[in-house]
Amino acid sequence: MPKIHSIETLGALDGPGLRTVIFFQGCVMRCGYCHNADMFDFDGGKEMSAEEIAAFCARYKSYYGQTGGATLSGGEPLAQADFALEVLNALKAQGIHTALDTSGAVYAPKALAAADLVLLDIKHTDKDMFLRLTGQPIDNTLKTLSFLQKKGKPFWVRQVIVQGHNDTVEQVSALKALAEGAQKIQLLPFHSMGAHKWEKAGLTYPFKNAQPPSEKVMQQLRNAVLN
Amino acid sequence: MDAWKGFKKGRWQDTIDVRDFIQKNYAPYAGGAEFLRGPSASVSAILKKFKKLLADEKANNGVLDIDTDTVSSLLSYKPGYIDRENEIIFGLQTDAPLKRGVNPFGGIRTARDAVRAYGYQLSDKIEEHFKYKTTHNDGVFRVYTKEMLALRKSGILTGLPDAYGRGRIIGDYRRVALYGAQFLLDEKIKDFEALEALDMDDETIRLREEVCRQREFLLQLMQMAQLYGDDVSRPALTAREAVQWVYYAYLGAIKEQNGAAMSLGRVSTFLDIYIQRDIKNGLLDEDGAQELIDQFVLKLRMARQLRTPEYNELFAGDPTWVTEAVGGAGLDGRSLVTKSSYRFIHTLYNLDTAPEPNITVLFSRALPQAFKEYCARVSVDTSSIQYENDDLMRPEFGDDYGISCCVSAMKIGKQMQFFGARCNLAKLLLVALNGGRDELTGIEVGFKAKPLNAGVLNYDEVLARYLGYIDWLAKTYVNTMNVIHYMHDKYAYEKLQMGLHDTQPERLMAFGVAGLSVVADSLSAIKYAECTPVTDETGLITDYKTVGEFPSYGNDDDRVDGIAAFITQYFYDALCKTKAYRGAKHTLSVLTITSNIVYGSKTGKTPCGKPAREAFAPGANPLHNRETHGALASLNSVAKLSYKACRDGISNTFSLTPDTLGHSEEIVCKNLTAIIEGYFKNGGHHLNVNVFKRAVLEQAHKQPHRYPNLTIRVSGYAVKFGVLSKKHREEVLARTFFDRL
Repeated sequence: MPKIHSIETLGALDGPGLRTVIFFQGCVMRCGYCHNADMFDFDGGKEMSAEEIAAFCARYKSYYGQTGGATLSGGEPLAQADFALEVLNALKAQGIHTALDTSGAVYAPKALAAADLVLLDIKHTDKDMFLRLTGQPIDNTLKTLSFLQKKGKPFWVRQVIVQGHNDTVEQVSALKALAEGAQKIQLLPFHSMGAHKWEKAGLTYPFKNAQPPSEKVMQQLRNAVLN
Repeated sequence: MDAWKGFKKGRWQDTIDVRDFIQKNYAPYAGGAEFLRGPSASVSAILKKFKKLLADEKANNGVLDIDTDTVSSLLSYKPGYIDRENEIIFGLQTDAPLKRGVNPFGGIRTARDAVRAYGYQLSDKIEEHFKYKTTHNDGVFRVYTKEMLALRKSGILTGLPDAYGRGRIIGDYRRVALYGAQFLLDEKIKDFEALEALDMDDETIRLREEVCRQREFLLQLMQMAQLYGDDVSRPALTAREAVQWVYYAYLGAIKEQNGAAMSLGRVSTFLDIYIQRDIKNGLLDEDGAQELIDQFVLKLRMARQLRTPEYNELFAGDPTWVTEAVGGAGLDGRSLVTKSSYRFIHTLYNLDTAPEPNITVLFSRALPQAFKEYCARVSVDTSSIQYENDDLMRPEFGDDYGISCCVSAMKIGKQMQFFGARCNLAKLLLVALNGGRDELTGIEVGFKAKPLNAGVLNYDEVLARYLGYIDWLAKTYVNTMNVIHYMHDKYAYEKLQMGLHDTQPERLMAFGVAGLSVVADSLSAIKYAECTPVTDETGLITDYKTVGEFPSYGNDDDRVDGIAAFITQYFYDALCKTKAYRGAKHTLSVLTITSNIVYGSKTGKTPCGKPAREAFAPGANPLHNRETHGALASLNSVAKLSYKACRDGISNTFSLTPDTLGHSEEIVCKNLTAIIEGYFKNGGHHLNVNVFKRAVLEQAHKQPHRYPNLTIRVSGYAVKFGVLSKKHREEVLARTFFDRL
């Protein structure tokens, strides 16, 4: 049964313009810094049909303007790939621009092809670090990336910058090289505001003592991606 | 005539028609803010003195000084100055800046209490004089019925304008600049004489007397200006004079009246025509133009009225609601934004952020994109402006309306308003369930019915009961208003402001509701969950046990939003069944100002789980932190309330953190613009926008002195956060902040 965690109507950070963000329940990764730990488990959430979701999003068309729309996020939307495809098609039928926010951990070419824009979150460029950080191998993410590149699909590459894990110029330069064809590379500083969700889910937050990267480091890394 | 040289001719030359003058002569501006200038040396000098006075005022318990010997009026004070050498726009309310006058016409007791609250004593001369004078307050209390008194005492009706000026009336202050006061006076004489042909019934007699008094006060306005060396009997010749004439007219109004809201109207585009003409003729440059507006706004920021502590509890932060409506579109589709719209808003940078004047952007799809994004930027920087849906109001009020107070639209000079405060719909529900008894005291305040206190509440039964009580309350409410405004017309009539209206204006009677979200959620709880009353030994319901889930208003869920919309419409229709004084048209607002706290404190525990005495959400806002679908769902819920039923406005106050809106400042402004645009496209009426981090407020709450200028929008107006009482600050902190985790 398809499962949704929640819908956030004011999304301004996940794709262009104002967006309705549909958070899918359940994720295959277990990133220690995840700010949506309440969406790990596939057992939680509530059922909602693709049509219901699209009808709900349609209520926000007046806010979307030329650039906004709906973003499928989570959790990992592609862990429910068939459902994600249904939702994308239902949104398209409503004339709503769609973005798919994924880690690529599940390779789902049909859903990728159906989205207007893919936001591919590449957690790390080094395969060992990737595995250590997420609990999943990097292979599907790379497969997803190469699919997008081959098909000429509009996509953004994103990465959460975590102190001591991926906050080096070398790492983000490797990301830039990897992300060839991306319309945009977004580096997002880690923040600990999702900590309470771990506690609520009865889990121990592994990044309890982690600090967000400094503005200076972020600027350095952003420059490296730009040049 | 020299005064009109260079202006395009039109109907406005033969008859008083400011709108026609504006439409024929204004120059729409579609560009950006790059032309704007900083403050001039003279403005900086005055500003420095003003800031010192503000600090002294704050240190002196919020009131700098009171003239307790003089009754405030147009000619009762010598001319006052703040910095005579540097001033180019003159005029103070009393003989010294920030010194407050006494205005006892609304009620001598209120005036006495207000003076005493600050450690002063009303002079014997004034006390003696008012011994022989009936005030508005005296008149009202001679006539109030037992039922009216009970409703007032229980807090079902609160904030009634029965002890001070009713305010909310906007004089067309521009008329003085365009025509000169003598022409206006001559026109009034013609109207006065025309009334001679009519039978002398109540209305004609009253109107004849009123027009006679309007004439006296137009004359006094000319004399008042004379004290400062200006001749406003003739039209303004220059931009400086146009600004000055408008200001004198406004100043005369606030000297004469102490209404809660004394709004300015819609002057910036009007003044722009004079500024453009002077610039074209080489008499003025951009620095000079900005200086005029800066000096004007500085004067507006000095407006003060003397209030009692009880009044301040209702309307926190010493507001005066010098509301100026900026922008909007014309009936012909052209944007009414001019360079002076920008200049006016730019005072928030030149003179620092401040709550007054209450800058209200009339937002329309027709506004230039550059202006929309400029406003959004100002919101992000200052949280000092509010937005109202011009596309919604224009069909109703045309393209020359102003906003009075927070959200009340009125055709300037053509409509006036009888302000009606508001009633507590949430408390009424609890009283209805209790069969007419006050849920906090057990005292009977409404007609008697069998209390619904046994077993699980049945929705249909509750609704029928509630609607019956609404019918009863609506009738008493209209009648209460009729008493108040009859007496205000009789004993505290607005001579000057009404002299700046058409002689036969259309009248609106503006009613209000508070606690709408509490009613919606409570009825939703009764309908969708299982709600059982808990009674005390006398059978009085003091609590509710609610089991199960129910949809809450603020989540774009039609099941409960529909209840809110239905109740509003029903209440409005119920009001319309009782005739309003002087043929006034009924209107309704969903607006609380900051009285949501007082209303909440007079209300018991509700079926939706709001604890007893806890604050309501302001205006039409959903209850704090019941929104689970984010900001736009909350906006969509409010947008479902019908403006047709609430032509006096639907207030929505909205706080979000800048990080929520995007990764860069440019994106933040674009996205904020899109939110406002989307809300208004969906039929929303008003939006107060606050953009800051909750952490900043928390800091300012702990150390107010470190944030002297932190301005926030509360409910239809802005305040300096630091001057709010602790209780008000806590309520602001408890509000939903839309933030992303």
